[in-house]
Amino acid sequence: MSGHVFHPGHEELHGVTVVVEGAEGMTWVGRYHERNDRGVQMHDVALYEPASATLPLSAWIERLMKFGIRVDAKHLVIPNESAIRIVRLTEYAQST
Amino acid sequence: MPYHEMMVKPMREEVTRLGIKELRTVADVDAALGSSEGTAMVFVNSVCGCAAGGARPALAMAVSHGVKPQQLYTVFAGQDLDATARARSYFADYQPSSPSVAFLRDGEVVHFIHRHMIEGRPPQVIAEEIIKGFDKVAAEGARAE
Repeated sequence: MSGHVFHPGHEELHGVTVVVEGAEGMTWVGRYHERNDRGVQMHDVALYEPASATLPLSAWIERLMKFGIRVDAKHLVIPNESAIRIVRLTEYAQST
Repeated sequence: MPYHEMMVKPMREEVTRLGIKELRTVADVDAALGSSEGTAMVFVNSVCGCAAGGARPALAMAVSHGVKPQQLYTVFAGQDLDATARARSYFADYQPSSPSVAFLRDGEVVHFIHRHMIEGRPPQVIAEEIIKGFDKVAAEGARAE
């Protein structure tokens, strides 16, 4: 099988769109880059803040699944202590 | 910033050798999609090995399917910036990601494959998703006729 890979050797989730669950309903959805001492590094991230959200989290995720990720932050580092759980977006619905 | 053309040439050719027409300018895109008539697929190519490395082989598998849109197009995200932005304007309700695939019928999106539906999946599974788009475009057409 062909396929030209420019950056092999990363973590399994590298380049994968994930849901990162934080405390008190804070949720981030974006492309996982890596996790290191600084935290979880993400690209093209949509942010869900329960206090200002207009949709329930499940509906917000469902909308992202259908229409894609509306980017709130191009690059983001989520401190390790804030990232409670990380799951692939495509597996999120089955995991909740 | 775009990669050197020499590096992406094989990625372009992996798609164009399937008979998929590459749209490299805004004029190309408008000429292809502007009429809003008929059925079309637009494959948004990408250098990303994590996802596009699976998507291109999947496309190769899918194009042998019996039912296909009337027109098969591709644009290259991160390389042909203006053409890609223009192509995305034809499916503007969908957030940009690459690789991704849009299936259009008379200018309406009837199926969309986002990057998150591609990454981490084997080409066979991605091909099934592309074929689903082919079949959906055809089915939509059948209903309208």
